[in-house]
Amino acid sequence: MLRSKTRDAILFQIGLAVFLTIILLLILLPFWRVIVTAFIPLDIYTREGIPFFLSPTEWTFEAFNQLLGHSMFPRAALNSIIITLLGTAISLVLTVPLAYGLSTRNLPGRKLLMTLVLFVYLFSPGLIPIYLLITGMNLTNNYLAIILPPAVSVYNTLVMMSFFEGLPEDLKDAARIDGANELQVLWHVILPLSKPILLTIGLFYAVYFWNEFFTPLLYLNDNDLMPLPVLLRNILISASFNEYVEYNAFSSSSIESLKAAGVLITMIPMLLVYPWIQRYFTKGTLVGGVKG
Amino acid sequence: MTLKTLPPISRSTEKFSLKNFFHSIWRQRWLYFLMMPTLIYFAIFKYGPLWNAQIAFKDFKPLLGVMGSPWVGFQHFETFVNSFYFTDLLTNTVFFSLAKLILGMPLAIVCAIALHETWFLRYRTFVQTVIYLPHFLSWVIMFGVLLVILSPGNGLLNAIIEQFGGDPIPFLTSPNHFRWVVIFSDIWKETGWSTILYLAALLAISPDLYEAAAVDGATPLQRIWHISIPGIIPVIVLVTLLRMGNILDAGFNQIFVLYSVPVYSVGDIIDTWVYRQGVLQFQFSLATAVGFFKGVIGLVLILISNQIAKRVAQQSLF
Repeated sequence: MLRSKTRDAILFQIGLAVFLTIILLLILLPFWRVIVTAFIPLDIYTREGIPFFLSPTEWTFEAFNQLLGHSMFPRAALNSIIITLLGTAISLVLTVPLAYGLSTRNLPGRKLLMTLVLFVYLFSPGLIPIYLLITGMNLTNNYLAIILPPAVSVYNTLVMMSFFEGLPEDLKDAARIDGANELQVLWHVILPLSKPILLTIGLFYAVYFWNEFFTPLLYLNDNDLMPLPVLLRNILISASFNEYVEYNAFSSSSIESLKAAGVLITMIPMLLVYPWIQRYFTKGTLVGGVKG
Repeated sequence: MTLKTLPPISRSTEKFSLKNFFHSIWRQRWLYFLMMPTLIYFAIFKYGPLWNAQIAFKDFKPLLGVMGSPWVGFQHFETFVNSFYFTDLLTNTVFFSLAKLILGMPLAIVCAIALHETWFLRYRTFVQTVIYLPHFLSWVIMFGVLLVILSPGNGLLNAIIEQFGGDPIPFLTSPNHFRWVVIFSDIWKETGWSTILYLAALLAISPDLYEAAAVDGATPLQRIWHISIPGIIPVIVLVTLLRMGNILDAGFNQIFVLYSVPVYSVGDIIDTWVYRQGVLQFQFSLATAVGFFKGVIGLVLILISNQIAKRVAQQSLF
């Protein structure tokens, strides 16, 4: 009786491991294909297409050299970094005071503020009104057009607010009795205690800005301002390919390789910080519960 | 907002007076000063668009401006509701939302249970790390990955189809297949990440219950059916309600990147249509009316969902 039970349990565990491995492979296989496509030399590609497995000894960096050899990619990467850093900084500077204010229980007008903030969270009139606002302010070809509209996310504000609410009220009161004003309380008491939430929300914003491609496409028409995802999209849909790569008749990589290499180049910065991002996102998402 | 011991507020004893109100604002002047930039920001960038939304009821001419354009009442709404694309747009939007939910959610739950049940904890951490990854990649990168898998020339899937003697399928431009590409690419990208809530709920179940089940000689499947599943039902209900509240958000970024002219008929959703009609065709008022229509329905749905969530799961969605 007992033996059959443990045998059942072991079989069950094997089944689970097989299932998880299948899921794992389903996620990894497409990436593997991208890698092979990016590194395949042209002669193998023309001879036999893209094989399933390509030994790393045969890999060529030709596609990467061609993409990075053109000024477009480094510039787009720099643009992405500028948008991400500036966007995250502005977002935090605007989000923290609102979250702190809303977490202050005896703030007069708190209920009204909360209602006003929640309303824009729940009702959105769509793309065109904001598009008219931005173009009306002459923000086209300006990074502020990408950064400002999403700069304060109501969801992030609420998550941060609930963190502030959880901080002991006594700490603030002690500082207030010592004669500190709210500005000083926030700066000297609250913020030093809030590093985890600042990092979490900062990462939420940073990942958003790094991945954003629609608003840059909408508001920037100067190619020199283009961030990485927009450049990648242009390469993928092969719109005027020659503008973006040193591509010539003697090229030793195929267009497919160039596209795949573009995907990898755009992915790599995210992969480098991913372990870190994953940890904070997991925490932050669980704090926020199902909202999101 | 949790109920904490509130400081005794004298509100109930004191009568409200304007003088007191301004006095209390003055006491908190630093806080208001601190919030001023954000409040101004909200006025411009969150309420400014709401102000502009009035052009849904006007015949907007850029030269006349938002204020100067003449009112036309509900004309644009009528045009939209009576148009031939109304049903298509609504059907596509709701179809994508529902299909992603109905096909994606069970898979996420099964994955979460598998991760929770496995004895190999190191392997579990590794699998989690890998399956969360696609969530953090933009849809442009996903588009690149999909091209490598689906392109008719040498995409992996088409290579496999040809191995078995089939004809390559242009998945991204074929109206018969595009919908499946949208649904399955979303499931591929987001299922891993969505396990996180179910897993958290599973880990919150008291170990005593599992021990009691072991003593009673329950099989793994009985254990899952009688303990794990009931334990995550509240999360399932909440996620479903939230997704129902957002049913008109079918994934603008995804479809905007993936679709093309040949698949407009099966891929176009409200958001993509608003973009094309407004930004590309300059039909600002009509596009705004459609966006407004979507916003109102969305608001009503999320409020209803929230009421149900409060009643059924004793939790608020926002």
